[in-house]
Amino acid sequence: MSGERSTRTRIQLPYWLHGSVQTAFLLVLTLVVLAPLLIMFVATFQDGNDVIRRGLSFDVDLGSLSLDNYVMLFTDSGPYFRWFANSILLTVVQVAGTLLVSSFVAYGFAVYDFKGKTALFIAVLLLMAVPFEIMMLPLYVLVNDVGLADSYSVIVLPFLAASVTIFYFRQYFLGIPKDLLEAGRMDGATEFGIFFKIVVPVAKPAFAAMAILNGMIIWNNFLWPLLVLRSESKFTLPIGLNTLLTPHENNYELLIIGSMFSLLPVLVLFLLFQRFFVAGMTAGALKG
Amino acid sequence: MVVLRRLLYSQRAAPYLFIAPFVITLLAFWMLPLARTFMLSTQEVVFGQAAFVGLDNYQRLWEDRLFWKAMFNSARYMVLTIALLIPIPLVLAALINSKIGSDRVKAVFKASMFVPALTSVVVAGIIFRLMFAETGTGLMNQIVGLVGLDPVRWLRIDTGGLIALLALAMWRWTGVNILYFLAGMQAIPEEYYEAATIDGAGRLQQFFHITLPNLKPTIVYVTTISVYGGLAMFLESFMLYRGNASPNDQGLTVIGYLYRRGIEQNDLGFASAVGVVLLVVIMAINLTFLTLSGTFKKESAR
Repeated sequence: MSGERSTRTRIQLPYWLHGSVQTAFLLVLTLVVLAPLLIMFVATFQDGNDVIRRGLSFDVDLGSLSLDNYVMLFTDSGPYFRWFANSILLTVVQVAGTLLVSSFVAYGFAVYDFKGKTALFIAVLLLMAVPFEIMMLPLYVLVNDVGLADSYSVIVLPFLAASVTIFYFRQYFLGIPKDLLEAGRMDGATEFGIFFKIVVPVAKPAFAAMAILNGMIIWNNFLWPLLVLRSESKFTLPIGLNTLLTPHENNYELLIIGSMFSLLPVLVLFLLFQRFFVAGMTAGALKG
Repeated sequence: MVVLRRLLYSQRAAPYLFIAPFVITLLAFWMLPLARTFMLSTQEVVFGQAAFVGLDNYQRLWEDRLFWKAMFNSARYMVLTIALLIPIPLVLAALINSKIGSDRVKAVFKASMFVPALTSVVVAGIIFRLMFAETGTGLMNQIVGLVGLDPVRWLRIDTGGLIALLALAMWRWTGVNILYFLAGMQAIPEEYYEAATIDGAGRLQQFFHITLPNLKPTIVYVTTISVYGGLAMFLESFMLYRGNASPNDQGLTVIGYLYRRGIEQNDLGFASAVGVVLLVVIMAINLTFLTLSGTFKKESAR
């Protein structure tokens, strides 16, 4: 293609040059996108008050860098690792529950015909387009009415049957051959036996993708826990980190290093299971 | 026992048992709270005592200057994020999907673009707040300084705050939208492009006549989620301004206003009216858009 004469007046770049221009462009963009994280990483070696006062920048006094913040994180970070453990516990429980309940519901939609199916499925689709922010006040009022504030159950329960996850599983289950299910019935399995013993093992990739997607959303979940949780010992990482932003307490070192450290689990999972991240992400909507 | 056995084996009862969790969720956590919101929006609640006031809250809303300001801020943010977060990822996805260039660099690029989406809004907000510091030493002011301009008081002025919000949105969502568009592009049959090449169509022509039309469902989908994501934006502003208050309320969004009136000031009736209006607006926009783009026709034809 490099020798091809263009009939238009536009200048045609040689093939190899075209490729390297593109490569250079993408590499520059990669640096730009990673810069905020790099700069924040550098800040974990700096004095917190200084960073807050001066803002983040690449103009760093190399002599001032130290590991003090890392020592502080592991020896004297107050409730930080409590929050970390809370986040892990909540994420694991909620992901497991969401996968179980949502796949269960999705199976009902995928393989059976029943009265009201269309209407209910339209409800699933509609819920996908209602932002949680609109539900926050009504749910908040409801939770206060029944006196369940400050408990993990109200963080988890309303979201076990998650519309995006249901939708994704349904699409996946539709692709499972009916013969496979029929064979299970011949063998005398109950309808639920078929689901747990035949369908779930076949659908492992779907479970992996949805585990990643939900795990990411729940690990970063902020608004609803912010409204519900009251006691510091129950805080999750985002809620705890947010409290460190107040100017009244001098906790800026922990704010900066704690923020970076909270990214670690997600980053590690991403590097290990990139494929499932992509599958989960393109499967459905993602909300901030 | 017999009844239970029958139930477990019955193909008629099974679907209802399978979907029961969804029906319960729908009733308890959606219908009930939504009905409650509609009811609250016609009431004035003082010290837990609710009095029916008809459409009073809606009238107050209509005459409320701050509500319109919040509405304007949200609408502006939605329009601008759509204007930025569809064309740019689309072009970048086309670059990744093209045959030229190094595959390894493209893979690194794709993965790196996605990394910001892994951050929580809290962490992303903290980073951007510090990058957009108003001191001369903040990163953004250093960049501005390179061009010879004076330091900008980013979060104190309307345009500066808007730029910070848009930068934050682009940083977090460009990579995700690239993934959507790439998935769409990879579903377009290779033969279309081969045929076009034989007909003598250049790369740009191929992009406009093959890629774009075939991506329509993806573009419709991304636009739809951007509409409600944009109009319901709250946390980005909440983190950037370190709370729900910003200079001259330049960062106040509709949800921010709902949060202020309902949760900070406990004016449940008024806040519910705000929620109802926003829900109606989002639904109206999305339904119009989906109808215009012909999505419903395709769904029912299936």
